[in-house]
Amino acid sequence: MKMLRARLFDLAIVLVGVSLLAFSFIRMIPGDAVAIMLGANAEVTPERIAAVRHRLGLDQPVYEQYFHWVGNVVQGDFGASIWTGKPVLHEIATHAGPTAELTVIALFLAVVLAVPTGILMARVRGRAGEPVIQATSVVGLTIPPFWLGILLILLFSTLAPNLSILGYVPFSQDPLANIGHLLLPAFALSLPILANLARLLRSTLLEALQQDYVRTARAKGVSARGAVYRHALRNALIPFVTSVGIMAGYLFGGAIVIEQVFTIPGLGQLILSAISQRDYPLLQGAILLVTLVFVLVNFVVDLLYAVIDPRVSHR
Amino acid sequence: MSRIEDNAPVAAGAPKRTRLFALPRMRRRSGLFRFAACLVVLEILVALAAPLIAPYDPLAQDIVNRMSGPSAVHWLGTDQIGRDVLSRLIYGLRSSLTISAAAVFVALFVGGTLGLLAAYYRGLAERVIMRLMDILFAFPIMLLAIGVIAVLGAGSLPTALAIAIVYSPIFARLLRGPALAITRSDYVDAARSIGASDLRIIFMHILPNLVSVILVQVSLLLSAAILVEASLSFLGLGTQPPTPSLGMMLSQGRNFLFLNPWPAIFSGLAIVVVAFGLNLFGDALRDELDPRLRGGS
Repeated sequence: MKMLRARLFDLAIVLVGVSLLAFSFIRMIPGDAVAIMLGANAEVTPERIAAVRHRLGLDQPVYEQYFHWVGNVVQGDFGASIWTGKPVLHEIATHAGPTAELTVIALFLAVVLAVPTGILMARVRGRAGEPVIQATSVVGLTIPPFWLGILLILLFSTLAPNLSILGYVPFSQDPLANIGHLLLPAFALSLPILANLARLLRSTLLEALQQDYVRTARAKGVSARGAVYRHALRNALIPFVTSVGIMAGYLFGGAIVIEQVFTIPGLGQLILSAISQRDYPLLQGAILLVTLVFVLVNFVVDLLYAVIDPRVSHR
Repeated sequence: MSRIEDNAPVAAGAPKRTRLFALPRMRRRSGLFRFAACLVVLEILVALAAPLIAPYDPLAQDIVNRMSGPSAVHWLGTDQIGRDVLSRLIYGLRSSLTISAAAVFVALFVGGTLGLLAAYYRGLAERVIMRLMDILFAFPIMLLAIGVIAVLGAGSLPTALAIAIVYSPIFARLLRGPALAITRSDYVDAARSIGASDLRIIFMHILPNLVSVILVQVSLLLSAAILVEASLSFLGLGTQPPTPSLGMMLSQGRNFLFLNPWPAIFSGLAIVVVAFGLNLFGDALRDELDPRLRGGS
């Protein structure tokens, strides 16, 4: 309980800090942000500038602006796009689906493939092939997903020219085509995470295998294989859970880029078009909302970790 | 060794100067470590010597031979307006490495200093610093970098700054822990008792003990920074044309993927090789420095 209270306090501070940073975002743009914004799509006149300033509340004292803004955010009002006038929440809701789907499939692929790979890597420990396997896992870590995506597009369009692999089909429209279109980008996106998790599993597995409880199990007659799968693996999976939060942030960053490669209309597309159109309110709202989601995901993962591993909460 | 000492009797009486920033002795360097070290040195040399080794001007156009595959004239072919891919890769490597290195060293300087100060002064300073770092750390890396670039505008300098901001908390967190342990050690007390200033203790007594940790992290983050820079340039937010950059070459190559896939293939490969070398180096260095990770007897 004491730990929960401390974590909640930490969470509150981070949330306030994140909101302050996101709030000051528009105000940190050098020069007149409103004039820059207008300049992207319309003629800049003093009246227009004044109107937009008023609409965004930029003509109020800064602290009032902040409290007003936070008050709105708490009520679910993240502002509105300056060009379409639609609420940020609506824009994000229409673009979040593909990105969330892509991220979840990639995470799933990474975890499912990382377990056997990690076990394999732990088993070659001390054998001749180890340096090669180690180096290969580093290659996996450093292949940019967007390049892998491009290579996959090249490969599949040569092998199967009739297969449509670009774009996005909503799940409600055609579930099979939906998954089919996301498999390639998700795989490309998952590779670095897969390599990372496999390497993590390898080292925690090797560490776990040296623990007393594994020796005890072996002494009681559990086979080497059984010691790995039934005893060491369970404990080695604990750090997996903690890294999922960090991985989610990484996957999101990768998704922004991979969406461009496979022309998937997700959050990446929303954010990049907001930048090119200088739609700062939309960008501000999107950055804040996405970051809030990640802060909460990490918070939940942290709590989960304490539940899985009771040693954590006693520290 | 003994022969040198025999021939240099003058030095015999002088106090032996301990090397301040010496790495812990590494006895058996693994083959992997040596391979990675060679690769990194080679990458740095190529970046430094770009004007000397690039066969062509990276902006010069050979219109007649545009979009050609690898040939004797253009080893890695040419791009959509006839620029030599190999020369552009060499210059792209140079700009990618420069941006990443600048970013990581600024992050090390700012984040590392904050981490050391937090560990040394504890109390309120520590809480404020680490909370600030927690807040920066809460943003997904790419999102924060994109936000910084949205404020500063696209380009090499904003990209370097964005990556530096994103990586600062990593160094602060990394150094604070071990620095805390060292701050409590006897020799820091001893240094304090003979009147050494706080700054002197932090930078002359605590920092040197962290060199190996820093080196490993710098190497790993350089590798990661190469990938972030490539991603940002790929999105058109990083280095601006006509300056060659690996990410931008990849994105331009993608537009002509089915006419001439070579620029996209080679520029991506270059990103992998650079990031791979740095990552492998950091990884192997960590194994060398941490005896527990080295394969048992």
